[in-house]
Amino acid sequence: MEQTYAIELKNITKRFGKIVANDGINLKVKRGEILSLLGENGSGKTTLMNMISGIYFPDEGHILVDGKAVSIRSPKDSFDLGIGMIHQHFKLIDVMTAAENIILGLKGNAVLDMKKVHKDIQELVDRYGFDLDPAQKVYTMSVSQKQTVEIVKMLYRGANILILDEPTAVLTPQEVDKLFEVLRNMRDDGRAIIIITHKLNEVLELSDRVAILRKGKYIGTLQTSEATVESLTEMMVGEKVSLDINRPMPHDLKKRLTINNITCTNEDGLHVLENVSFEAFGGEVLGVAGISGSGQKELLEAIAGLTKLSSGSVIFHSPEGEDIDLAKYDAAQINELGVRHSFVPEDRLGMGLVGSMGMTGNMLLRSFRKGKGFFTSLKAPKELAEKIKEDLDVVTPDIDYPVRRLSGGNVQKILVGREIASSPAVLLVAYPVRGLDINSSYMIYNLLNKQKERGVSVVCVAEDLDMLLEFCDRIMVLCDGKVTGIVDARKTTKEEVGRLMTSHKEEQ
Amino acid sequence: MDNTVKEPLIHLSKREDMSFGKKWLVRIIAILLSLIVCAGFIFIIIKMNPVEVYEGIVEGAVGTGRRFWVTARDALTLLCVAVAVTPAFKMKFWNIGAEGQILMGCVASAAMMIYAGNALPTGLLLVLMFVCSFIAGGIWGIIPAFFKARWNTNETLFTLMLNYVAMQVVTFCIVYWENPAGSNSVGIINAPTRAGWLPQLFGLDYGWNLAIVLLLTVLMFIYMKRTKHGYEIAVVGESENTARYAGINVGKVIVRTVGISGGIAGIAGFILVSGSSHTISTSTAGGRGFTAIIVAWLAKFNVWAMAVIAFLLVFMQQGAIQIATQYNLNENASEVITGIILFFVIGCEFFINYKLEFRKKHSA
Amino acid sequence: MSVLITFIQKAVMQGICMLFGADGEILTEKSGNLNLGVPGMMYMGGIAGLMAAFYYEKLAAHPNGLVGMILSLLAAFLMAAFGGLIFSVLTITLRANQNVAGLALTTFGVGFGNFFGGSLSTLAGGVGQISVAITGDAYRAKIPLLSKIPVIGDIFFNYGFLTYFAIIITLLMAFFLKRTRWGLNLNAVGESPATADAAGINVTLYKYLATVIGGGIAGLGGLYFVMEYSGGTWTNNGFGDRGWLAIALVIFALWKPINAIWGSFLFGGLYILYLYIPGLGRSMQEIFKMLPYLVTIIVLIITSLRKKKEQQPPESLGLAYFREDR
Repeated sequence: MEQTYAIELKNITKRFGKIVANDGINLKVKRGEILSLLGENGSGKTTLMNMISGIYFPDEGHILVDGKAVSIRSPKDSFDLGIGMIHQHFKLIDVMTAAENIILGLKGNAVLDMKKVHKDIQELVDRYGFDLDPAQKVYTMSVSQKQTVEIVKMLYRGANILILDEPTAVLTPQEVDKLFEVLRNMRDDGRAIIIITHKLNEVLELSDRVAILRKGKYIGTLQTSEATVESLTEMMVGEKVSLDINRPMPHDLKKRLTINNITCTNEDGLHVLENVSFEAFGGEVLGVAGISGSGQKELLEAIAGLTKLSSGSVIFHSPEGEDIDLAKYDAAQINELGVRHSFVPEDRLGMGLVGSMGMTGNMLLRSFRKGKGFFTSLKAPKELAEKIKEDLDVVTPDIDYPVRRLSGGNVQKILVGREIASSPAVLLVAYPVRGLDINSSYMIYNLLNKQKERGVSVVCVAEDLDMLLEFCDRIMVLCDGKVTGIVDARKTTKEEVGRLMTSHKEEQ
Repeated sequence: MDNTVKEPLIHLSKREDMSFGKKWLVRIIAILLSLIVCAGFIFIIIKMNPVEVYEGIVEGAVGTGRRFWVTARDALTLLCVAVAVTPAFKMKFWNIGAEGQILMGCVASAAMMIYAGNALPTGLLLVLMFVCSFIAGGIWGIIPAFFKARWNTNETLFTLMLNYVAMQVVTFCIVYWENPAGSNSVGIINAPTRAGWLPQLFGLDYGWNLAIVLLLTVLMFIYMKRTKHGYEIAVVGESENTARYAGINVGKVIVRTVGISGGIAGIAGFILVSGSSHTISTSTAGGRGFTAIIVAWLAKFNVWAMAVIAFLLVFMQQGAIQIATQYNLNENASEVITGIILFFVIGCEFFINYKLEFRKKHSA
Repeated sequence: MSVLITFIQKAVMQGICMLFGADGEILTEKSGNLNLGVPGMMYMGGIAGLMAAFYYEKLAAHPNGLVGMILSLLAAFLMAAFGGLIFSVLTITLRANQNVAGLALTTFGVGFGNFFGGSLSTLAGGVGQISVAITGDAYRAKIPLLSKIPVIGDIFFNYGFLTYFAIIITLLMAFFLKRTRWGLNLNAVGESPATADAAGINVTLYKYLATVIGGGIAGLGGLYFVMEYSGGTWTNNGFGDRGWLAIALVIFALWKPINAIWGSFLFGGLYILYLYIPGLGRSMQEIFKMLPYLVTIIVLIITSLRKKKEQQPPESLGLAYFREDR
């Protein structure tokens, strides 16, 4: 007899323009089990789950809930089927209270009885031991509190199929433990749970079965008990992963940056960087590791002159032998001082490039001030665009074709190409290969290595520890805006870096 | 399999690849549809043959040399304002305040005509009027821009309010400039001497209007496409983050750009006072500040498309005014017709930007 | 004393026009739609109400004030709601830019009002000759007995039915937005349509209903002006800039209906203050007429300085929503 599944996906395909985000995916989840959906960034996990929760509608294929074919046209349909999704970016209304967010869109009496709502929520909160005040406004909450609101929201609505999109990315280890406990309780209640992740240890610790996606394709499902880190990695990345990145030995090191005790505060007055000090040298790659949101973004922006520091100095030792404190200037002034540093930001299209412009227009972004007079000169940027297109194999119909419509890999090649074209002394890169295919990734590694060999000081923020360990010379680890260690990438282990990434929290 | 399961009836997706010709085809179809609806409106309300009415419109707008030039003059003024709002809008600064900026330009021009009209030589007077209206309109733009740049004050609402402050400035001035006394209007300024009136050019009454507006249009085209300022505007409009990244001082660009935008609207005010009405009232701007926003938006900030759309709109308005007198209707019919046409043209952009996919007839 | 009482009465009369407009626009903006077509919709409401009453009184053998009132009320609401519907189709379904669509609606609505107003005047024998005396009187009827109380009666009970209706609608709206499920959902739609959508709220439906009903309510402001303020007649452009003041009032009230009540009386007062300050020259009068706008600008600046979350415009105000945006 065929077993009925809580949810079953058959042959789901979804395209965005020319990109196939999901290609004929099959997936099954039973009640009372936790399924991990494993895959690298950009493998199509979130897109797939968005189709279950009614955000997208599949181009092809069928979704079955409890053995019945259903059509999920809107999040409402999804709710009605008992499906609740907790997104990576929380879908909460800032100016409302936790309770108001929780009852949003529910049916019931026209006139609200908030007292009863608060009482009901409090009961749920007490039962699972959450830390939540129903009357608290969301904009005053921490990230983990917001996640709690999301989970309670789903429970309050009686969701019995729960989907969590990378729920642990923003949590402390203690918070992760607590979350897992709740999830196990819910599984034991007979709910079906799908957790989207790319962290293998979590897969092994939590789930009953694991399904793997790779580049939008369904690779297979394993019983977690039969899975190992090695087998999962192999399925996730395809071939056996020794990244095998070429790493030339650094030589002829010259000090380029001295960061002294920099502290930086965000809008809410919290320290996002606290007393950070380090040095970076020309001729080496300094990696920066940390859980996302530990201050990496602010660090790079501070060096680039895009973020105001509350205290500390950023000394740039120019090849000509001058020492300049960049903290005193903003990006425009740094540019005018002739400090040659380049920055490949995390948000490629939202910060590093102008999406609606072509390659030529984007080449101009760094150089449009050059030259006297009122008019822009397009000759040099055009030539540079042609050269980058040629040298880096950028696939674009035309150098004036809007870069927004190009694939992620091509976008990154254009950005990196432009940044190294100005022959920088310091090169800051954030997540240089995120979302890129293997070939593009290696091309980027090679480009960065060439810069290193030319004597450039490369500072590289990344989340992938394997990559950091194989690509960098030294790794600095940030945790909660503080430096928890700087280690030799050739000698350290993944475990050591992992420990440093969370060490501060464990001390508490 | 259960084949009663249905996909949504209509599925939407964005598209960016429609060809130039197809885009204009959609727009022309929209205009034709709107004319049919207008014809229905005309027929139901006033029981007249719509074809005759449309003939009357064409006749009224361009039927005689004089009418043609009035239409052209008004289209040029509208184009001038549309050109004015372009840089601000391109920067995604919602300058709804062109109406007020025009009026401030009018005030500056009228003031020069009244106070310095008979003291200065014509050429110098005109140049001064031109410069002062630019400055007056510019200031009216810089005020909200400053607050936007500094504290992110909502510019749509701020500029909207400033329109009415400007109108009160006009009525304030009318008190002093009243002529004849007690009429509560300014009358034709310098009627005997024609001081501060734009003279003929190339033998055309509105030659200067034509020359100034076309020059501004070309300059704006170049400014947006070829200059460092224009590049900065494009970057700021696309993403403030990118602008910061490129070391562009966003606040400075906002203030400068909206200042220029307001200044050109002020020049439109100069053209209105000096080049066509020779008087000033709260209705001198006549809603052009608002209509121009629609023109600029529909033209996707392409100045040449703006010229076409501005001409088309004024053509309809002038024509409608003509049939109104001809058939003893009231002239507000033109606004109703303009409104209906605008609804269709605004609505049709949807079919250019989005692709509709109807449910495929397949059973699984 | 009597001058003060007259001033208060006149201020309230001015304020009620704007209060209807502001109520309608608050409801609309709570759904994230910034409808700059309010002035147009108010014209549409005013003329439709007037025409309904005019034709009723002309055609009925024995016109009855109450029937005239109901007919004109319905006509005004429906016509202005139709304006809101045009805006909704353009911005919600067709995703047109809201500012552009709103301005076009104002062009259309003002023209529509003046066109039919002018035609109706011609039909009635000249400007100012339209008379809907019976309906007009019904609108202007004051509360018996209570309005006779000295001072208190003059200040509080000396108005027609629409004045109290406006305040009741505002109070109901405050209750609706604060205390009901639909109000909560509507707030969510205006703050973040994506979140509301994810929570299972029908964003399109809410946006449509709020914008259409909001338009209808705004239209009653036009009706009030035509019936109670002008006593049932029409002058082209007579309504003036009150529609824009209604939008200003929304900002001034920080999107809270209760604030709009006293705000509307304040605006009404500022609007006519120049008539009551002795010794003002004509030029200074014009300066005084700027006050409502200047006050709004100052409120706008102060709220942007304070950045208090609860006092900001709905987060998604002015933006179209497309679920599959990526």
